[in-house]
Amino acid sequence: MSEIIALAGNPNAGKTTLFNTLTGTKQHVANYPGVTVEKKSGYHTIKETKYELVDLPGTYSLTAYSIEEIVARDFIAKEKPHALINVLDASNLERNLSFTIQLLEMGAPVCVALNMIDDAHRRGIKIDYKKLSELLGVSVAPIIARRGQGVEELMDKTVEAMNKTETKPLEISYGNDIEDAIYKMVAIIEGNSFLTDLYVSRWIAIKYLEQDELILEAGEAVNKQISDALMKIVDEVTHHIEETLDTYPEAIIADQRYGFIRSILKQGVLTRSGDETRVFLTERIDSVLLNRFFGPIIMIMIITGLYYATFNLSEIPVGWLESGIEWFSGAVESILPDGLLKSLLVSGVIGGVGGVLGFTPIIMFMFLGIAILEDSGYLARMSFMLDRLFRLFGLHGNSVMPFIVSGGIAGGCAVPGVMAARTIKSPRERLVTILTAPFMNCGAKLPVFALLVAAFFQDNEATVMLIITVTSWLGALIAAKLLRLTVLTGDDSPFVMELPPYRMPTVVGVLLHTWEKVWQYIKKAGTIILAISIVIWAMMTFPGLDEQKLEAFENQRQVIAAAYDNSIVNELENVDEAIQLTETANELQDKLIVVDAAEAEAALRHSVAGKIGIAMESVTQYSGFDWRTNIALVSGFAAKELIVSTLGTAYSLGEVDPEETDSLSDKLAKSPSWNKATAWALIIFTIFYAPCFVTVVCIARESGSWKWGAFSVVFNTTIAFILSTIIYQLHAL
Amino acid sequence: MKLRQMKKNQSGVIAKVTAAKEIGRRIRDMGLVPGAKITIGNRAPLRDPIAIKVSDCVISLRNSEADHIEVEVEDE
Repeated sequence: MSEIIALAGNPNAGKTTLFNTLTGTKQHVANYPGVTVEKKSGYHTIKETKYELVDLPGTYSLTAYSIEEIVARDFIAKEKPHALINVLDASNLERNLSFTIQLLEMGAPVCVALNMIDDAHRRGIKIDYKKLSELLGVSVAPIIARRGQGVEELMDKTVEAMNKTETKPLEISYGNDIEDAIYKMVAIIEGNSFLTDLYVSRWIAIKYLEQDELILEAGEAVNKQISDALMKIVDEVTHHIEETLDTYPEAIIADQRYGFIRSILKQGVLTRSGDETRVFLTERIDSVLLNRFFGPIIMIMIITGLYYATFNLSEIPVGWLESGIEWFSGAVESILPDGLLKSLLVSGVIGGVGGVLGFTPIIMFMFLGIAILEDSGYLARMSFMLDRLFRLFGLHGNSVMPFIVSGGIAGGCAVPGVMAARTIKSPRERLVTILTAPFMNCGAKLPVFALLVAAFFQDNEATVMLIITVTSWLGALIAAKLLRLTVLTGDDSPFVMELPPYRMPTVVGVLLHTWEKVWQYIKKAGTIILAISIVIWAMMTFPGLDEQKLEAFENQRQVIAAAYDNSIVNELENVDEAIQLTETANELQDKLIVVDAAEAEAALRHSVAGKIGIAMESVTQYSGFDWRTNIALVSGFAAKELIVSTLGTAYSLGEVDPEETDSLSDKLAKSPSWNKATAWALIIFTIFYAPCFVTVVCIARESGSWKWGAFSVVFNTTIAFILSTIIYQLHAL
Repeated sequence: MKLRQMKKNQSGVIAKVTAAKEIGRRIRDMGLVPGAKITIGNRAPLRDPIAIKVSDCVISLRNSEADHIEVEVEDE
């Protein structure tokens, strides 16, 4: 096994850019065990030795407050990387060094990379990196990661750091009160080898003083007695500090760290030249983009622009994929004889895999757009402008992208929408966004609305579509609030965040980011989706009609055919698409199609899905749905596009093309079991009920648990049923 | 003066950060510690959150979070 070099640092310090420069395009993305934090790794060769590089999540600190920080520090303590490259934004030394100090206190074998040194120079910041290296006791190398400048020297220094026999943890003085406590605690810790297999004793003492939940937990598990003894010292000093200084140890520790950093910087490490009040480019751009009046307008333009670009640009490759899949399934259809195998391959396998592939161009373009927004620094501004609004509902400023992409502008798709929630770092807000985004009207729900509007609301089509859009937004926001008040309670996560300087995204960075997401989707979701689509195919196919019924339909066909001349029957049997049928042959064909459709309806009614639909009538009658609608909604769980076509089969119309629903809407308009109340109930149900299973798979993956996938099915369907029942019953009054 | 009460482009030096636990930690992680010089920047369209400049970077804070920060304002 190769030796491990880990990359650590603040977000926006250029860590990932350095990682890309070092590993090239050969990267491996996985999740850290048990959590949804991405672990990126790759290889880099220095002088014929191959090293494994791991990109740790970007964090400002090493506390136990966020999952990223826990992952980063656990990796450092438990995996014990042979070297740790700490990437710093050279223009922002003070804050970046606070993280460096925390690494050094852990006793990690650190080598510091001062990134974007050119930007710092431009800002009139001069850094004496040799002096910095001397004062910190670690190697420091100035680099420009995006151009690869200085990277070779950095790696040489890293290898040197690796070969150093023992790294001595940094010790900075936290003042008398704290130091006395640390002194006492270290004696206990070392005397009992308490957690010292993983951590440095002084660091354990500091974490106890900061009342770090995870370390306290680990300590109690190992030896409750010692842990209690340590906590006693902590309580004493905490009490004393509160009395005398009106503050607490964690604050003093943080403040002293900054004090230490400032004292280092003042020793000639950092010198500024030029006008301090100079206005930088970022501020000038912000004065327009964050303007109270123009800011929101530009933001709306960018969001809608991204939305239309995503769906319009992906239309072309989606078209190619669809015709490719169609051709393939046509080929399979013509080669295989009629029967179960053909039906399984065409409807189950190719339909399922085709469904997965069909989403990929959309996901690709959406992530391309988001990568550009994120890397340029604009995404943070969007979040900044929208935070107040979304916070009202327990969401996050970044929730806007998932909502819009999912169909906040009617016609999106919840699959990339749910994935877009990755930009939200606060866990509760992220989960609520993931769970509510599918309420938006994705492109596959639209044919259902179009069908019902054509049948019942032809005169005020635009009004109805507007009501549908507003309903889904209100529903999503209210549901979010509801979830935050019940299932996902807790304070809002802090919004203290950096608005990074605007930067030109690098082409390689954006493309790699996009490719990773798309590949992950295909690989992980693909297998599960294939399995589920086969299950749904089976539900709609089995048990199939019994011999008697099949025979009855066959007899009907023969009776019809018997009325025609043999030559006509032959003409139809040996039909060649190129040849125009005679009028009588056409007539016969139409009559046979009617029988086929009736057979399909009977088979569907008889299938497992059909039986579920019929069984559900006892409940769904309250919202006005009969078994036909029920089956259509069950099949809609496979893909919402199927609602209309299944409804067609259930109404003996054969396969109905979702794009052309005239015959079906006629049928519904005339049917006695349908009226405006039923139509509204079905519209409301379609907006809110269980997301399609591709989305459910994504919800499970993104939230890290199938529990949430199942929750979304139950929760959404319950809401949908309650709302549609209310609507239907109110109309009936 | 509380940070929330400061006006746009007003500068000052942080005197005290009163928040504890996670919020306190996050505020300090961003370099908002006693002694740091800050300048008030833009406010979001709905007047919350607020962007402030500290050393060389821009940090956004909610008003409720800004309430935990006391600033010694420079004379104008």
